[in-house]
Amino acid sequence: MNAVLELQQPAGIEARTVVAAQDLTRTYGAGETAVAALRGVSLEIPRGHLTAVMGPSGSGKSTLMHILAGLDKPTSGTVEIDDVEITTLRDNELTKLRRRHIGFVFQFFNLLPMLSAEENITLPLSISGAKIEREWLEELLDATGLADRRRHRPAELSGGQQQRVAVARALVSRPTVLFADEPTGNLDSQTSAEILGLLRGAVETYGQTTVMVTHDPKAATIADRVLFLADGLIVKELGRSSQAEILETLAEVGR
Amino acid sequence: MRRVAIRGLLSRKLRSALTAFAIILGVAMVSGTLVLTDTIEKAFDSIFSSSYAQTDAVVSGKKLVEWSQTGKATVSPDLLRRVQALPEVEAAAGTILDMSGDSNQAKILDRDGEAIQGNNPTFGLGVDPGDETFNPFRLVEGDWASGPNEVVIDLGTADAEGFRVGEQVQVAGEGPVRSFTLAGIVRFGDVDSLGGATIALFDVATARQVLDKTGFDAVAVAARDNVSAERLIDAIGVALPDSVEVKTGSEQAAEDGEGVGEFVTFIRYFLLAFGGIALFVGAFVIFNTLSITVAQRTKELATLRTLGASRRQVLRSVVLEGAILGVVASAVGLGFGVLIAKGLTALMRAVGLELPQASMVFATRTAVAAMLTGTIVTLVASVWPAVRATRISPISAVREGGMVVKKPSRKTLVIGLVLSALSVAGLVNGTLGNDVSALVRVLGIAGGVLGLFIGIALIAPRLIRPLARLVGLPGARLGGTAGRLAQQNAIRDPGRTASTAAALMIGLTLVSFVAVFGKALLASDESNLRKQLGTSHVITSQSGWDTVPVGAGEAAAGAAGVELASSIRGDRAQLTGGGEVDVSGVDPATIGRAYNFEWIEGSEAALASLASGGAVVREGLELPGGGKAGVGDRIGFLTPAGKRVETVVHGVYEKHGDLDQLLGQVVLSQAAFDRSFPRPADLLTLVQADSTAGLEHALVAYPDAKLQTGEAFIASWTKWLTDVMSLFYVLLALSVIVSLFGMVNTLVLAVFERTRELGMLRAVGMTRRQVRRMIRHEAVVTSLIGAALGLPLGVALGALVTQSLSQYGVSFSLPVVPLVAFVVVAIVAGIAAAVLPARRASRLNVLEALQYE
Repeated sequence: MNAVLELQQPAGIEARTVVAAQDLTRTYGAGETAVAALRGVSLEIPRGHLTAVMGPSGSGKSTLMHILAGLDKPTSGTVEIDDVEITTLRDNELTKLRRRHIGFVFQFFNLLPMLSAEENITLPLSISGAKIEREWLEELLDATGLADRRRHRPAELSGGQQQRVAVARALVSRPTVLFADEPTGNLDSQTSAEILGLLRGAVETYGQTTVMVTHDPKAATIADRVLFLADGLIVKELGRSSQAEILETLAEVGR
Repeated sequence: MRRVAIRGLLSRKLRSALTAFAIILGVAMVSGTLVLTDTIEKAFDSIFSSSYAQTDAVVSGKKLVEWSQTGKATVSPDLLRRVQALPEVEAAAGTILDMSGDSNQAKILDRDGEAIQGNNPTFGLGVDPGDETFNPFRLVEGDWASGPNEVVIDLGTADAEGFRVGEQVQVAGEGPVRSFTLAGIVRFGDVDSLGGATIALFDVATARQVLDKTGFDAVAVAARDNVSAERLIDAIGVALPDSVEVKTGSEQAAEDGEGVGEFVTFIRYFLLAFGGIALFVGAFVIFNTLSITVAQRTKELATLRTLGASRRQVLRSVVLEGAILGVVASAVGLGFGVLIAKGLTALMRAVGLELPQASMVFATRTAVAAMLTGTIVTLVASVWPAVRATRISPISAVREGGMVVKKPSRKTLVIGLVLSALSVAGLVNGTLGNDVSALVRVLGIAGGVLGLFIGIALIAPRLIRPLARLVGLPGARLGGTAGRLAQQNAIRDPGRTASTAAALMIGLTLVSFVAVFGKALLASDESNLRKQLGTSHVITSQSGWDTVPVGAGEAAAGAAGVELASSIRGDRAQLTGGGEVDVSGVDPATIGRAYNFEWIEGSEAALASLASGGAVVREGLELPGGGKAGVGDRIGFLTPAGKRVETVVHGVYEKHGDLDQLLGQVVLSQAAFDRSFPRPADLLTLVQADSTAGLEHALVAYPDAKLQTGEAFIASWTKWLTDVMSLFYVLLALSVIVSLFGMVNTLVLAVFERTRELGMLRAVGMTRRQVRRMIRHEAVVTSLIGAALGLPLGVALGALVTQSLSQYGVSFSLPVVPLVAFVVVAIVAGIAAAVLPARRASRLNVLEALQYE
């Protein structure tokens, strides 16, 4: 599985690795009831790429993403983000690292109900005490089509709009990597397409490195590379692929 | 459904425990009060009944006047001889053992020559060495006192001071201090402690001399073998003088205990009132917690409904949850009552109210009262949440999305406004209204305050937004994003924040009221005393309210450097056809210069008439036939000695305030006072002196006499007010603590509810410290809202009440320092309440929190 370097590069973007994982294992529980969610995964995420992680449920794809994002710790193995080894960091250091390097988009949006759309977007900056760049914010609001809804609260927005707020929130701090966990899992196909367009657009326009966990083959079509997990191992890897190819591979690895 | 309720309680252990605590504290206060007062009562009972254990009949002076300073009429030695001569009588002895009043006071001095004294009684008593029958004391060491130079003291005092039999002990009775040989050490009956009282026991003749008594307090009589108590009493009853009566020993014990019984009853209701307040606050907390729980269980309850549970079953399951909580909490509270009883004892000792104690009394009544109040309060508080639970429709089980935050309803607002308006009307009518009966006043004030609390709690949801914006401002500035988020969290569910804050508001309202009212009373009392006092110094007893031997004032008058010394005798008397009044005996020649009289009728010349048997009276003295006493009116009164005094009013002096007075309503000459009252004794000596060296020297023989400057005297005489205020603060702290539990509860529930949000915040870069800060700020915002509601309300109530007392010279002023202190207390309370929830929130596992549903 060392096909990483063979991948085609989007033009004009330096192919430097920003996330590197080495021999990751993750075991839940102990003794006879122990369950191995990851059984030795190594991978490198190059800058400016959108990588999709796919696999049947229970394949370990969510666990992998959580460990890469520093939300969970591996049982063994290492993760480096921007050349910083994160598996040994303490909670506080990890939190600071997340502020600087990581953006999240969740399946269930996870917006604060008492804040307006704009306040939700700028939340990570105000938590870390960083300055809000007005221009950047306006650009994000325009890109996500939320400019005229900035004063609305989440309850006054549709599901698609809420997820667009979430995407903008993930982009606002210009993170080194954006992690999206089933970003379309809670949306209909029409709005799913919108969100996927946004994520792909961020890669194209800003060179936003992105890792997306999904079980939706259609979502994976926007990825530069698709990793397939089964039983805690990376079993297959595709470059930019069509929905048919992905479905086929899924059927293959699911067997 | 029953199982659902019980399982529910068990699965929410922390919450149930915190909720229960809100009730536990109130119930503990109720049961603790009952235990304490029963114990005190039993101790007094046993003191008084051991006094007459072997006594079939008691011949004693009638108690003609309550709380007399100089005692009651005594029994003459002549009467003792007549009783002893009766054929029905086996034995009779004169005793000086009355412990029910202030008349038998003798101070024991410690090794430094200071009188041993808390604020406790210092008894000087007399019992003859050979008298085994009537003696309530038991000898622990040495022998009984015999002859004019021996004394016996109680075990407690001997232990505390390290006195040993055979050494010299100084005692001051109604005369200069004297030295006695310590003959023995005794204990009193079965009583563990006389509550810090000291006892100096002499033989009867010496006791009479030390206490300046002419006869005996009582003659104790034992009947011959086959003589019934009735026959004995009939036999003695023949030819008793008017001022003396005969009773059985137990009747006498009951009468001695009467005054104390009334006092203990007063303490009981006083403390129960605070238990009631704590329970009222507890009801708020229960109501709030159950409401939140019901809201959070919407899905669960709806699922039950889809499975076929009826509304009635849902109602029952929530009420049952309340009932179980109430019963368990009451039982625990009942147990805690014992601790509270100990705490209250310490508290009362701290404000100088030490009371005797026997072994702890735990009456069935205590258990019943505590269980009932706790359970009923909890049930009542759970009714509305239960009704709300029945309104959850089955469809909510499948409806997507979390809880819907309801806008505060208009109906609640209207009810709140109407209730508040009615309460304010009742309050204004109760305090300021003219021609209002006492009942209407009390109902208006008590009902008004209660109604106002509920009314404001109902309006409060509307006030939460602006208040949170105001009180959250500093936090939002200082606390960064965490502070701002906290502020917004506080207004997310205004109803919830409102009732959490309202619980705290109650306690803060009451303490603010006490601060305002107390400050007004204190200021007016001080200024009134200042107006009355015309000298540089004042001599009182150490305690301030005991009498001082007459010799002390006389010694002061003769001391070097003293320009003027005017003693004021004092006692109470029964006005003919009227109530009891304070009577003062003054020196007509000097009082005019020592006390600032302002004459309403008559003039300074009226003082001269005192010498010839006249009187001056304080303005407002009611005459038996109605109307106020004026110059020329005749008044009569009965003294505790049983003497009738008739006199004519020669002057009416203006009263300053209604609290502390230097002179009684009726002022006589000292000569007239000494003739008619049991014993001359001074309450005060007003002294004008340039230097105090000579005075101090002159008073060395009177260790209980305390010389103070006028200002120090005023401060110490008004200290009771500050003491009472402190007592109120401490007791009200209980209800503040109860509301604190409510706050912890609300926060824990909020953290639980916002688990996923907290996970997200942590994921996007919020540190644990920031999470803790956010929860802490929310708590402080809530408690400051409580303060923002409570303080103005308390100040307004205080202003209303002081206004209603303005005719008595009480005027309103803002007690800035205490109010600032209360705000600080509120902030600290909020921080304390946040500790546990903040820790929980910060320790959430980010991953699990994110996946939490």
